[in-house]
Amino acid sequence: MKILVAVKRVIDYNVQIRVKEDNTGVVTDNVKMSTNPPDDNAIEEAVKIKDAGKATEVVAVSIGEEKAQETVRKALAVGADRGILVKTDGIIEPLAVSKLLQKIVEKEKPDLVFMGKQAIDDDCNQTGQMLSALLNWPQATFASKIEIKDGKLEVTREIDEGLETIEINVPAIVTCDLRLNEPRYASLPNIMKAKKKPIEQLNASDLGVDITPRIEQVKVEEPPKRKAGIKVSSVAELVQKLKNEAKVI
Amino acid sequence: MSRETMEYDVVIVGGGPSGLAAAIRLKQLNSELNICLLEKASEIGAHILSGNVFETRALDELIPGWRELDSPIKTKVTKERFLFLGKNNSLSWPTWLLPAVQKNHKNYIISLANLCRWLAEQAEALGVEIFPGFPASEVLYNDDGSVKGVATQDMGLDKEGNKKDSYEPGIDLIGKVTVFAEGCRGHLGKQLINKFELDKGKDPQQYGIGFKEIWEIEEKNHEEGMVMHTAGWPLDKNTYGGSFIYHADNKQVFLGYVIGLDYKNPHLSPFDEFQRFKTHPAIRKIIEGGKRISYGARALIEGGFQSLPKMFMPGALLIGCDAGTLNMPKIKGSHTAMKSGMIAAETIDEHFKLKKDLSIFEEKFKNSWVYEELYKARNVKPSFSWGLILGIIFTGIDQILFRGRMPFTLKHKHADHETLKPANEMPKIEYPKPDNIITFDKTSSVYLTGTNHADNQPVHLKLKDPNLPIRYTLEKFDEPAQRYCPVGVYEVQNENNVKKFVINYQNCIHCKTCDIKEPSQNITWVTPEGGGGPKYGNM
Repeated sequence: MKILVAVKRVIDYNVQIRVKEDNTGVVTDNVKMSTNPPDDNAIEEAVKIKDAGKATEVVAVSIGEEKAQETVRKALAVGADRGILVKTDGIIEPLAVSKLLQKIVEKEKPDLVFMGKQAIDDDCNQTGQMLSALLNWPQATFASKIEIKDGKLEVTREIDEGLETIEINVPAIVTCDLRLNEPRYASLPNIMKAKKKPIEQLNASDLGVDITPRIEQVKVEEPPKRKAGIKVSSVAELVQKLKNEAKVI
Repeated sequence: MSRETMEYDVVIVGGGPSGLAAAIRLKQLNSELNICLLEKASEIGAHILSGNVFETRALDELIPGWRELDSPIKTKVTKERFLFLGKNNSLSWPTWLLPAVQKNHKNYIISLANLCRWLAEQAEALGVEIFPGFPASEVLYNDDGSVKGVATQDMGLDKEGNKKDSYEPGIDLIGKVTVFAEGCRGHLGKQLINKFELDKGKDPQQYGIGFKEIWEIEEKNHEEGMVMHTAGWPLDKNTYGGSFIYHADNKQVFLGYVIGLDYKNPHLSPFDEFQRFKTHPAIRKIIEGGKRISYGARALIEGGFQSLPKMFMPGALLIGCDAGTLNMPKIKGSHTAMKSGMIAAETIDEHFKLKKDLSIFEEKFKNSWVYEELYKARNVKPSFSWGLILGIIFTGIDQILFRGRMPFTLKHKHADHETLKPANEMPKIEYPKPDNIITFDKTSSVYLTGTNHADNQPVHLKLKDPNLPIRYTLEKFDEPAQRYCPVGVYEVQNENNVKKFVINYQNCIHCKTCDIKEPSQNITWVTPEGGGGPKYGNM
């Protein structure tokens, strides 16, 4: 079994996001970038399956600017066998990413495609689902447990009502939740080894996909500052304020 | 379980200006060398914090063509001011009356973090292997007592020290020579200084705590290339310190404050002094209408020549501010740190090629311009132990008339942890509440540093005696850790009338002030799990 894992380079989750003064986006210059956290879970799960002898190859793919190579390299350092980087410039929307991934899937013919349930930068939560539709493959989203049983997948999903366990046929798309596993650290010797693993570089334009954005971004703004709260002295006052000032009851 | 081992010609600990300069110089001298450089931050630059007005002397020697490369050194200093601040007024000191060491017209306003990122690219292009996210946690020794290398930190331990599923043991990095370049109060450097008695016959090291904020200010208040320093208010005359305000590009100003850690009043809060400083009319008018975008703090070396330890030992060298090469009156350490790294590289090259002992470092250092700079600067800081006014008068005579060549050397008498007076003998200081426009609290400040340490790992701030803070330090000094820590790691909490000393290690920005100032030296800073700590951008 072969597993393809999609990883995205995003602003590190610890960095405080700053909006550009001209409201055209967020500041990324000299900002620490990392792998999208649930993508780390996706890689970890793929490598675990391979370690258990149930997969033969793990391929990491990233789509983005030249520097996204670091994200692929990180995946190689924690156990992926080889990498693919599809180079693009500027904003790239989930539909375009899905179409590019579709091309990669057609070329690589994996049995499973793993990725994070959503990226922490745009929070779209669309790519896995769209890829599933484009390929006409089954999907299991928000996976917190994955088991391979007789060539099928049993996946536990984190849903609003609790946990849902489903069984799907392979090939399939699985989007991963943070609860799926605890990603391992890249050890120094493995980082060294990862430097020697191959990364195939492709240009988005060579894949014959129209990646022109379909959405026009009008403005990026910071959320409004929260006003300081007040203390009320009685329930009656609270009800009165909710009624007359907040106008919520 | 035996750990994995990797062998190199040279292992460098720390990716700041000195370590990177050493790595680059080594590769220039001998491209065959296998060099690895460890950095505890998640990426090069993420733990770097500095003013910074950069003197290019060392870089001119290291990479003579840097002006033709796309370096982050762009903003030339165009104007200079020095202000003495009173509570509501200020007095501008004519720049022609400033000693030569405090003139900056040939220098540049830079982000040292960005310079380090750029130097790391140069080093990697030469074949240096750089590993960010790997703190060196332990020195390894040969049987003959010489330094053998370092071990990296184990990853994936829980707070009791048990192995988690993600446990990844550290590895042993063996170097023919190991170079320690951890910066001010490096935790391995501190151990080496003790073990090899490198500070024997030297004055106790002196430190300061430096704060920095980056502000985006209104265009009308911005003068790109302007460098301003202040002394005086809000500090009293017996506390050593001052501010810097550097107008960088993109309407940004680098605003900072440095306070000597030899202060005496345990009620003093360096953080609040810095916040209060910004409310002075001469400062407020620059940043009013602007926005604070970054915050950070870091201890720095102030001891200079008298406190500089021996920088070589069997199998290893100690460079930059891990030893203490900062030039205090110049308020600059980047160029001297880089130069010390370059001298280390030249020493190691001769050690390999000509089998010379590492002790040749000393003579090379003595014949360099760093030594001359530090020698001439040596009397400035100790003279301020007589107070601000006498310090200024003496410094004027020493630096302008004698140009640092007075026939005597003043001593640093005390280590910084010895200077606090009992709390009941010193006046309490009332600090104004933050307005969240110009001044802020520690909580909102630490948020800007991007600091995080993975949950459930061993606390990296170790107490020798866990009961001492409440039993003794609280009683005698009103537990000053609550105030000297720039991000509020230490708190004294009251639980059912029982006092408890709490260490919020997750907030630690690796400034090392606690390791320096704790009156009983009860706190030891050790390396946390790799990648922890602040994630500074262009600091």
